[in-house]
Amino acid sequence: MKLKGSQILLKMLEEEKVDLIFGYPGGAVLDIYDQLYKSKIKHILVRHEQGAVHAADGYARATGRVGVCLVTSGPGATNTVTGIATANMDSIPIVVFTGQVPTTLIGNDAFQESDITGITRPCTKHNFLVRSVEELAATIKEAFHIARSGRPGPVLVDLPKNVMAAETEFAPADIKIRNYDVAHKPVPKKLAQVFEMLNHAKRPLLMTGGGVILGRAAGELSELARKYKIPVTGTLMGLGSFPGTDPLWLGMLGMHGTYHANMAVSHCDLLIAVGVRFDDRVTGTIETFAPNAQIVQIDIDPSSINRNVVVELPIIGETKATLKDLLQFLAEHKYIPAQEARQEWLGEIALWKEKVPLTYCQNGEIIKPQYVIETLHKVTNGDVIVTTEVGQNQMWTAQFFKFDKPNTFITSGGLGTMGYGLPAAIGVKCALPGKQVVDIAGDGSIQMNIQELATAAQYNIAVKVVLLNNGFLGMVRQWQELFYEKRYSHTDMTYAPDFVKLAEAFGVVGMRITKPGEVEEALRKAFAIDKPVLMDFRVSREECVYPMVRPGESLADMDLGTREMIN
Amino acid sequence: MEKKEHIISILVYNKPDVLARIAGTLGGKGYNIESLSVNTTTQYEISKIVMTSIGNQATISRIENQLQRLVDVISVEDLTNVESVHREMALVRLNLTPDKKDQIKKAVDDNQWKVIVSNDNYVILEITGDKAQLDLAMARLEPLGIADITRTGLVALELKN
Repeated sequence: MKLKGSQILLKMLEEEKVDLIFGYPGGAVLDIYDQLYKSKIKHILVRHEQGAVHAADGYARATGRVGVCLVTSGPGATNTVTGIATANMDSIPIVVFTGQVPTTLIGNDAFQESDITGITRPCTKHNFLVRSVEELAATIKEAFHIARSGRPGPVLVDLPKNVMAAETEFAPADIKIRNYDVAHKPVPKKLAQVFEMLNHAKRPLLMTGGGVILGRAAGELSELARKYKIPVTGTLMGLGSFPGTDPLWLGMLGMHGTYHANMAVSHCDLLIAVGVRFDDRVTGTIETFAPNAQIVQIDIDPSSINRNVVVELPIIGETKATLKDLLQFLAEHKYIPAQEARQEWLGEIALWKEKVPLTYCQNGEIIKPQYVIETLHKVTNGDVIVTTEVGQNQMWTAQFFKFDKPNTFITSGGLGTMGYGLPAAIGVKCALPGKQVVDIAGDGSIQMNIQELATAAQYNIAVKVVLLNNGFLGMVRQWQELFYEKRYSHTDMTYAPDFVKLAEAFGVVGMRITKPGEVEEALRKAFAIDKPVLMDFRVSREECVYPMVRPGESLADMDLGTREMIN
Repeated sequence: MEKKEHIISILVYNKPDVLARIAGTLGGKGYNIESLSVNTTTQYEISKIVMTSIGNQATISRIENQLQRLVDVISVEDLTNVESVHREMALVRLNLTPDKKDQIKKAVDDNQWKVIVSNDNYVILEITGDKAQLDLAMARLEPLGIADITRTGLVALELKN
């Protein structure tokens, strides 16, 4: 069967079971959009290409499936870069299709030409420039396979206009691709070592990361923790991989982790880290990270091992398969934790928790941002998928919202991309229309991709935006308060649009909440509306995120911010 | 840990931008390439890249891991840890100026350097050897007045597979 490139593209997307594309048309992709016009694949027209990538990324994080977006050449392509880098840092499987000028014009500085494969080489898992229609089908198949296999990541496919218009024979069954899978090797010797280490450990601790969610290993991790009473802490990307309401859960570790999680890491004698890469926000000063512990690190990617923290026992493999093997080994060899020592360890952690609980003070007439997040949890029973922007809103969400399930906390962890939350929430809601989806935002971040309210309104994508509006770039202001003697250089955002009117102008329901007593009712009301809603919560202006490990300090030396807690 | 030069042999798919991917990965992560040599193997679709980089074992392991992540990389091997032979080549032009002419001709004879072009004005020599041999030759060529020089990156082959 002879087909045009643009037809082959859509055929291959159907082969990959793609049901939804986030995109934005332009000159170089007119042929593709003409095919889309006749296709069953749904297309969501975003208002900026960055939004398309974040939406595809949100779709991928919520479902575990590959997210897809389609944009035009030149500026359309370059606008995707922040989104691609975001997905790359957090290992999110997406495929980005970019239009390109005809192959005959490549290199001529043609209108809307950009070397997008060159630009995105360092921030994709892999990318392709399709030079002829004959290689198109296999390239698309390869792109999807690369995106989701091994350690997942974004793949970009650049599609020159003449390749889309050219015709070739198309026979999907004949498409062969190279195999890139990371083979999971059974490692009985290493499992025996873990068994030995657990037998000798008096203070074991599990540390869970994004790799547990990506590897669908949350069940195995929870079984390991619960069966053998091992307390669990997690990175930002690991939130939801172990139930946040379980007594064994210590909360997040690191810069804005809980006091007891950081103390547990600093005092444990065995740290079993699964699917983490020991980011600097997690470790504090490397030299004093888990100083008393032997570290076991389980990860699919050898390059994550011994990169930041040198570990005693690296195990390279898929998190799910490795944890399964470990559980089986421990069961077969009848591992029983030493009761007394374990009770003592859990007791010690409980004391730390009691000494410095996560707290804030909601009194007076000003709404505390943490109160909004706790009330959100109460109102939704935690049964909601949460995206965040970046900054204080993100850290308070990580601290105060108890995530019980994987794929329910969706945030830009590695890159820290402001403007991520709203388009990501749109992507999540499109993927899972039956779920409530909330973007917890700040007034700075929300303005970075606020145009996507139009997307939400156009398709009635009923996301709820919880805007914690403090009139500051709050996290930067916090650092200026703590480390730059309150010189608030360019962080005052008091000059802002009227968010309620702005929401309404976009066709989104706008609400303003100014008193603590109105918070719960407003949230209940918003969730009852089957439309996108933006809630402008006017919150305490100079609230800081505490506790905090100051940069260059050890996890054990937290700034508890007592002054903030009592006022 | 001791810092030394490591010879890394990389088999890659012969794709248009594979060298850019490798150079970009190493540059972007802050690793330095000291020398580089690339060509196809007996199979046209597969190329071999031999590069050298200076670092301790931990740094070199990180480089290997980063390269392994690349989709177009088939295998990475640190030849420093296995028995292997190494060669570099230099093409050197020496101008036959009246004051150096005799000295140059004697040195070429004494060292048995291979002359690939010779005329009244200059000679071009081909010098092949391992790094020590090349360094020695360079030391001897220096006083003769090197008019121009091109050196290849190092190539290496393990003794047995």
